[in-house]
Amino acid sequence: MSSADARRLSLILLFAPFFLWIAVLIVLPQLGIVGVSLREKIGPGEYVFGLANYSDFLGQPIYWNTLLRTAVMSILVTALALLVGFPVAYYIAKIAHRRSRTALFLLCLVPLWVSDLVRAFGWIILLRETGVVSTVLQATGLVSGPVELLYNDATVVVGLVYTVVLFMIVPLVSTLDGMDDSLIEAGLNLGGSRLTVFRRIVVPYAMPGIVAGCIIVFMMTAGSYLTPVLLGGKNSMWFTEQIYNQFITRYNWEAGATFGVLLLAFTSIVVWVGLRLTGQNLASTVATR
Amino acid sequence: MFDLQCQNVTKKFGALTAVSGVSLDVPAGSFFSILGPSGCGKTTLMRMIAGFETPTSGDISIKGRSVVGTPPNKRNVKMVFQHLALFPMMNVGENIAYGLRCRGAGKAEIADKVRDVLDRIGLPGVAHKQVSQLSGGQKQRIAIARCMVLEPDVLLLDEPLGALDLKLRERMKIELKLLQHQFNTTFLYITHDQSEALVMSDNVAVMNAGKFEQIGTPQELYHRPSSGFVAGFVGDSNRWRGRVASAAGAVCSIEVDGGTVVAASSGPLARGEEVEVFVRPEAIAIGPQGSAGGNNRMAGTVDSLLFNGANSRILVRSAAGALLEVDSPAAGEDTPLRPGDAVELSFAHARTLCFSAAARP
Repeated sequence: MSSADARRLSLILLFAPFFLWIAVLIVLPQLGIVGVSLREKIGPGEYVFGLANYSDFLGQPIYWNTLLRTAVMSILVTALALLVGFPVAYYIAKIAHRRSRTALFLLCLVPLWVSDLVRAFGWIILLRETGVVSTVLQATGLVSGPVELLYNDATVVVGLVYTVVLFMIVPLVSTLDGMDDSLIEAGLNLGGSRLTVFRRIVVPYAMPGIVAGCIIVFMMTAGSYLTPVLLGGKNSMWFTEQIYNQFITRYNWEAGATFGVLLLAFTSIVVWVGLRLTGQNLASTVATR
Repeated sequence: MFDLQCQNVTKKFGALTAVSGVSLDVPAGSFFSILGPSGCGKTTLMRMIAGFETPTSGDISIKGRSVVGTPPNKRNVKMVFQHLALFPMMNVGENIAYGLRCRGAGKAEIADKVRDVLDRIGLPGVAHKQVSQLSGGQKQRIAIARCMVLEPDVLLLDEPLGALDLKLRERMKIELKLLQHQFNTTFLYITHDQSEALVMSDNVAVMNAGKFEQIGTPQELYHRPSSGFVAGFVGDSNRWRGRVASAAGAVCSIEVDGGTVVAASSGPLARGEEVEVFVRPEAIAIGPQGSAGGNNRMAGTVDSLLFNGANSRILVRSAAGALLEVDSPAAGEDTPLRPGDAVELSFAHARTLCFSAAARP
């Protein structure tokens, strides 16, 4: 066997698990979902090909309102995560001492050691009517009766930001870490104020990290299920909840599959628009500097 | 009129004193270098002048006005960074325009000035290029242009040639000197490379362990060093350790391995004191030169010939076993000497310098 053959074989062997994973666990199920979404049920066990599921979706304002609401809330969560994550990432990458950097980074990871479910229940313990916050507010006399802090949009947004902010911080830290401090000093030296340096040098430099973080966070938020359902209750109106209802509660797989396809398509469009608006492309976002 | 003055500037980082009681005056329009080994505090001094560090004590003034309380973006001192720090997200024109825009200059004025400064550095028409498309020497000139377009009182340069290859570095040395003449701005240049400092500067300060050892013209530093550190750091020298046998004013006789040499000293030396003796390679002549007094003599054998064009050297092993570098008398191909030849070296008393070895650690 020649060395070229050996190299080709090792390449195939190395990539086989990856291809299998992509093909069997991602592409095939998605194709299946698309297939299911394109069939109409006309009787028990009888199906025909058609777009009726999609026209049903458009005909019911509650459905596309929920999708729009999910998208708007996800964009809000992404923006807030960026707002919260950027200073943290900047501190870790540029201000903290080399030695404390790893420790700070690990601290950001700590919440991930606890499952989503447990974290959501943690918020519930804090925020419910008989919870910690309510009790403290009553004890200090700031409010006269118990307050319910759960089941509103603000709580859902806060809970989601808390869950996803790490995924904003990681790409930001790695791009900011690659930035030479002398760029900032040069910006100041040439007469720029701190704001100018931030706006014209730091942000443009960090743009690939910002875009990568935003895509990850937006996709995770739009596709999240536990946090909005547990913290938002019946009012959360999250689109994934609709998908769950169609599949599990109403056993309407055709509608559920349609919603799934629509969620994927819609979030992809939002990401594409975002990339166009910021003048970035996926390749430059993924490539490391 | 001095463009830049430092008075007794000291900077401490915790227990470490990086810069200790440094004073300097840089006359307007001159090229001033600070020369020192890495870690001697020269970068800290420059960062204090630029405003990125605050002196623990002492005063820094630019054009006669103290700037210690002024933030870096309000000082009219511009800096060329070691790795240039050109902004990768901007093209060449935007890089140069950045400072003007920070100042709030108008669009037409910016365009004029950018074009003008690019002409002056000899790179017209590169404004639209990306920084990554430029060569090392071009980037260098853009980094200088980016500062010079703001007409600073003083331009600081922090070892900007360090990243370039040797050939380009030699060319940039001359080019920097020409640019300084052309802009007629005060340059403060920091380097650990003595040839950069000697070639370009009007005045050089030699810095060691946070202090200035000597400030003077390149000629003074080379021919009349005031300390053993300066003698050893500036230019090449043969050096020996020895002990003072007798001292009479500025002339002392020194016992070295395998003989006695007579040397000139800049300060008073006591009998029996440990000293270091320095002799430049070009001060040594091969063969009996000037049989009259006033010369030190030393016998030796040729160890090897080091050909390097006009800088060719001959390595001579003295009778005591020390290796001496001697300038080759004939730079041509037909040096009459061969390794193993017995030779006699002679060097003038006045060009044999000695400094107390105890003066420096």
